[in-house]
Amino acid sequence: MTSSPAIAVDRLVKVYKDVTAVDAISFSLAAGSCTALLGGNGAGKTTTIASIMGLVEPTSGQVSVLGAEMPRHRHRVLHRMNFESPYVDIPMRLTVWQNLNVFGMLYGVADVPGRIMKLAEELDLTDLLERPTGKLSSGQKTRVSLAKSLINSPEVLLLDEPTASLDPDTADWIRSWLERYREARGATVLLASHNMGEVERLCDRVIMMKQGKIVDDDTPDRLIARYGRSTLEEVFLDIARGRGEAKQAAQ
Amino acid sequence: MSVQSPEYIAFSPRRVAAIVLRHWYVIRSSWPRILDLMYWPMVQMLTWGFIQLYVAQHSNFFAQAAGTFVAAVIMWDILFRGQLGFSISFLEELYSRNMGNLMMSPLRPLEFVVALMIMSMIRLAIGTIPVTLLAIVFFGFNLWAMGLALALFILNLFLTGWAVGLVVAGLLLRNGLGAENLAWGIMFLLMPLTCIYYPVEVLPEWLRLFAWMLPPTYVFEGMRALLIDKVFRPDLMLQAFAINVVLFGASVVVFLQLLRSARRHGTLLQGGD
Repeated sequence: MTSSPAIAVDRLVKVYKDVTAVDAISFSLAAGSCTALLGGNGAGKTTTIASIMGLVEPTSGQVSVLGAEMPRHRHRVLHRMNFESPYVDIPMRLTVWQNLNVFGMLYGVADVPGRIMKLAEELDLTDLLERPTGKLSSGQKTRVSLAKSLINSPEVLLLDEPTASLDPDTADWIRSWLERYREARGATVLLASHNMGEVERLCDRVIMMKQGKIVDDDTPDRLIARYGRSTLEEVFLDIARGRGEAKQAAQ
Repeated sequence: MSVQSPEYIAFSPRRVAAIVLRHWYVIRSSWPRILDLMYWPMVQMLTWGFIQLYVAQHSNFFAQAAGTFVAAVIMWDILFRGQLGFSISFLEELYSRNMGNLMMSPLRPLEFVVALMIMSMIRLAIGTIPVTLLAIVFFGFNLWAMGLALALFILNLFLTGWAVGLVVAGLLLRNGLGAENLAWGIMFLLMPLTCIYYPVEVLPEWLRLFAWMLPPTYVFEGMRALLIDKVFRPDLMLQAFAINVVLFGASVVVFLQLLRSARRHGTLLQGGD
């Protein structure tokens, strides 16, 4: 017996005027998995993630999250998912505590102060709680955004560059924390990142996109082996520069 | 990690409260913002109040209709700032690039709209209540003495302000901050037609038809009837309310259509120009 996927994308197409941002892609993510969505600028990652979050209505095809069709039935599941993205900010005039309090209430968290204190402790935010978010360093803001994305203990977590602007030590610490969270919660994580080391460490699957299409989809190890490379970054460059097709054709 | 996901709730007063709280945090953190809410209503009321005093010294009619200009300018502020308070709270989300967070949260459009309505009332109360007290001190005009009539005037003006605010919010979602100027200026389009400071009869006959399509026209006529003729006109209030119900319903439909269009065009994440 197989459990239903946490995220299912079926022949998703999104066209903006004359531009096909996403071109008939399909994939499904098993519950509890961690998958990276990789590709250069304009590959269609953001549109794919926005479709999964219900922010974009597909031109055709279907997206479902935890069994709910997006965006039509998004309100059935939005309280069970969350995200972190550089495309949005949290209000800068509010203190960290105020921001987390507002989002805790929005997501229907039962004990908001308790949850804030727990996250603050785990993400080392306790001393920052009373400070305006706009006065924090970019690394501290990233941690606050991460805390916001975890306020409702989401079953589905979408992360866009989660460790951008963090120093290597803090970034490593955040990755460890995300690994523990995913294991403990059994959460499904979809990650967009340009940090290939991060992807290799966190993800058990990589979906490579280019010009709106999926050009490869496998585990990091198998991709590295198939392209005859030693790192995922080299595989990424092969695909981005068009050497991937030639290499696969030769094989 | 034994954390349970929160339950799905169709309409949540707590989510409404979260949005109200978010904007309340912003207002209370900045005294210039609070001052700004009071500044223009106060300047307008004092200016028109002194004009009224001057005109009343030279006209028997205006001497008898004491307070009409002051009442009109306060009522106009209720209409204008009712819409502006709604739109500014919405704009705050775009300025702070927070709209994406809200649109991806469980917050439903209706809850968002209700929260913005509450915020427009709070903003208006902060700005207007001190001004009404100043009107008593400077001109001996007590707006609150209108009693029930005042409540009906305010209800109708709020409904119109919110209806316009909703359409502006939809346009902002669909077109981003490129539509920002509408939020500040759209209500002035109604200003000459709603006959704030003069009766409808002043307008050319062909224009009166359009004036009577706007609920605030009934409110300002009703206000003059009360202050000049000392007669409360419930018929005018009922007509204003009936048009407002249609107007508000239409604006909800337009807002939802624009929201859907924003989803189709992928503008919910951007929010910029």
